[in-house]
Amino acid sequence: MWIYEKKLEYPVKIKHTNPTLAKLILTQYGGPDGELGASLRYLSQRFSMLTPEAKATLNDIGTEELAHLEIIGAIVHQLTRDLTEEQLKASGLDAYYVDHGVGIYPANAAGTPFTAAYIQSTGNPAVDLYEDMAAEEKARKTYEYIMKFIDDPDVMDPIRFLRTREIVHFQRFGECLMYVQDEMGKKKVFPIENNNPCKKNCNCEEN
Amino acid sequence: MENLLEELTQLDFAAVDLALYLNTHPNDENAISLYNSIITKADSCRTKYEKNFGPLCSFRSFSRNNNWTWIKNPWPWSTDFYSKL
Ligand SMILES: [Fe+2]
Repeated sequence: MWIYEKKLEYPVKIKHTNPTLAKLILTQYGGPDGELGASLRYLSQRFSMLTPEAKATLNDIGTEELAHLEIIGAIVHQLTRDLTEEQLKASGLDAYYVDHGVGIYPANAAGTPFTAAYIQSTGNPAVDLYEDMAAEEKARKTYEYIMKFIDDPDVMDPIRFLRTREIVHFQRFGECLMYVQDEMGKKKVFPIENNNPCKKNCNCEEN
Repeated sequence: MENLLEELTQLDFAAVDLALYLNTHPNDENAISLYNSIITKADSCRTKYEKNFGPLCSFRSFSRNNNWTWIKNPWPWSTDFYSKL
């Protein structure tokens, strides 16, 4: 169950439109390291997560990422309102425009549609957490690349907020990994995972 | 309105961040009491906000009018949200 609140996690109040910048920032909506992928990744992986700490963390960070998706949508929306024809033609948003107008469509900066192939869910809690830590770093990197193109403080402010969240999330996933590795080290039997390649189910290391 | 919204946004964010911290530090009593004090402040802020500017939620907020305010208030992705509430 989810509850929607009619407010943003962090305010977006952009005075000046900038379609060129909008096109770049859109990648954090539906690109390979974007907020949609982040949310789907964690909310899907949580079903097979181990330890109370890690389950709660995936659930809650997956939820926060949905709020970040909304912030990115708001930024792109506000950057593309009331565009003139000249602005549109000069901005590089023209190719996007003929497919989507100024609607918000989950795609990367080059226009490639979002795909679930951006994410994994392996059923192995430690493997998933390694992916999640990498994902947070990749999202931080993307925000930093985007920041090179921003000279408007109204846009920089929420982007900076989102970047710092990636650092916090990375930290939390790292803590979860320690709990999970500790738990997996107790050599409990995993009903769905047998890491021993030996088919005889003994303790040998044979293939 | 801006001030009340800003206050609520800040309190809610503090709660979100502390809750994430508590997920991996569940025995930190200081953090729990800080979390509780923020939740208490956010609750009263939320009530004040909704009384003045309408519902925050479509299925948890009490409707103070005979017509459905939820559809009338501006949405947070538009700049109206910060000026017209
Ligand atoms: Fe994140």
